Amino acid sequence: MSSLSRDEVAKLAGLARIEMSEEELVSLSKEFTVILDAVARVQEVASADVAPTSHPLSLRNVFRTDVVVPSLSPEQALSGAPAQEEQRFRVPQILGEE
Amino acid sequence: MIRNTAAQMAAKLASGETTSVALTQAHLDRINSVEDKVHAFLFVDEKGALEQAASVDAKRAKGEKLSPLAGVPLALKDVLAQKDKPTTCGSKILEGWLPPYDSTVVASLKKNDIVILGKTNMDEFAMGSSTENSAYGPTHNPWDLSRIPGGSGGGSSAALASFEAPLAIGTDTGGSIRQPAAVTGTVGVKPTYGGVSRYGLVAFSSSLDQAGPCARTVLDTALLHEAIAGYDPKDATSINAPVPQVVQAAKDGNVKGMKIGVVKELNGDGYQPGVRARFDEALELLAKAGAEIVEVSAPNFEYALAAYYLIAPSEASSNLARFDAMRYGLRVGDVDGASAEAVMNLTREVGFGKEVKRRIILGTYALSSGYYDAYYGSAQKVRTLITQDFTKAFTQADVLVSPTCPTTAFKIGEKANDPLAMYLNDIATIPVNMAGIGGMSLPAGLADEDGLPVGFQIMSPVMKDERMYSVGAALEAALLSKWGAPLLNRAPTLEASK
Repeated sequence: MSSLSRDEVAKLAGLARIEMSEEELVSLSKEFTVILDAVARVQEVASADVAPTSHPLSLRNVFRTDVVVPSLSPEQALSGAPAQEEQRFRVPQILGEE
Repeated sequence: MIRNTAAQMAAKLASGETTSVALTQAHLDRINSVEDKVHAFLFVDEKGALEQAASVDAKRAKGEKLSPLAGVPLALKDVLAQKDKPTTCGSKILEGWLPPYDSTVVASLKKNDIVILGKTNMDEFAMGSSTENSAYGPTHNPWDLSRIPGGSGGGSSAALASFEAPLAIGTDTGGSIRQPAAVTGTVGVKPTYGGVSRYGLVAFSSSLDQAGPCARTVLDTALLHEAIAGYDPKDATSINAPVPQVVQAAKDGNVKGMKIGVVKELNGDGYQPGVRARFDEALELLAKAGAEIVEVSAPNFEYALAAYYLIAPSEASSNLARFDAMRYGLRVGDVDGASAEAVMNLTREVGFGKEVKRRIILGTYALSSGYYDAYYGSAQKVRTLITQDFTKAFTQADVLVSPTCPTTAFKIGEKANDPLAMYLNDIATIPVNMAGIGGMSLPAGLADEDGLPVGFQIMSPVMKDERMYSVGAALEAALLSKWGAPLLNRAPTLEASK
């Protein structure tokens, strides 16, 4: 039986950049025991000789000709910004004090 | 007028019997009178719709050549960007965001002069089968307001079934067009993956997502399909090939000599008796119309649900990383000295709902080092096996069929606390997305035990979308002559009683 402890959920939430309450961590951990058991069924048929499929189409690089086309103005690009300054996105501090 | 088909509305517009402004106003009036019960829309663009309608009328008055659906109104799922109109994906994290650009689907609608009435409700980021996961409250099924309208595109299906709009756009990652169509007695098509551009469609699971047409008849669905389909250089996964001739197929509705394969694994245990009865009846009608019914087996379909709930969350955990509170959308906790990381964590905690968080965590787990092979890697192998099952089945039949969903619409709240029971709704629709093929759901009648709509699913090979329209139109015609009137005539009118 697969399961995920409260601490493991907390670690994943950290990786996914989601703050979580104690209540959320505990309830997710309980739900995951059931969900992981269900999804683990894929292992029953996923033998080594089966090639994986990541996409329904055979993907290839798509290029366009290198010509200038109209694009968003700085005002448009910044129109949804939570905060802006001097035609730039203003973001919270990204580096520590040191 | 609002109970006409889109094709009938288009004919009345072309003949001058009505105008797009009058038609649009009639739908806005209908929205005003029933929306408090249905809640199909997150945003009704009264002004924009009437302006667009007036411009179509002006073009028509000048004698300009117009597209077949010019002037007919449509409801747009809120997952597609429309320039300067709210686009929330049913999420608080995008509340108030106004896209600075049009998705290709919206650009196509505008080019075809299809009038956009507004944006429809949906499960947050299209994750769900009931529209209960919308941050803005659930949509109600017009057949029974205490029941779900399907999901994630429950707003679009409810808008059609309540005659708020004759056309709608949905998106389908694991059944989000077809399951809502099934439980509301409407028609919905998930085109071949790559058949309709994903540019400007807010990504949930990029290798599975596909926008498509929804309507009340097969022909209306086909007309909308041709209006939005085709190659788009802005979408690297767009197929550069001619659009399948779906309108012609819907008009002909010819199944003579066609082989229709019944998927053995998508029926039987777990399927409601009324669903099975309507399905069997539909098969008889198709046989009478000249099709040959055969049984096919797809042994790996039973693993599709498990694989889907690894692949879709994995891709979602990556796609939804873009909601980082930096460039657009919600930002929470940006106080003096707060780090970017702390702001991200707080914003995503407040901005995402429970199901979205559940799937992001599941996806993060499935992709994490040490578990990747066992989960995501194994799911990708199952995807190969499912595609092989389809390939084999399509050597034995021209199209495959099944019930769209195991049950009719369930009660709002009934499965809200049981994610696994909720996921089971998509058991018959998911294989189509895994293989990237086409799928349609159309109404097959009402289940005897509860009087609620049952959906019939048709699946066609890659870029052979016209086949599902041939079969759908043939079945629709046979059912219509049996019923004597469209199924939706039997739905509550929703008026008067307050």
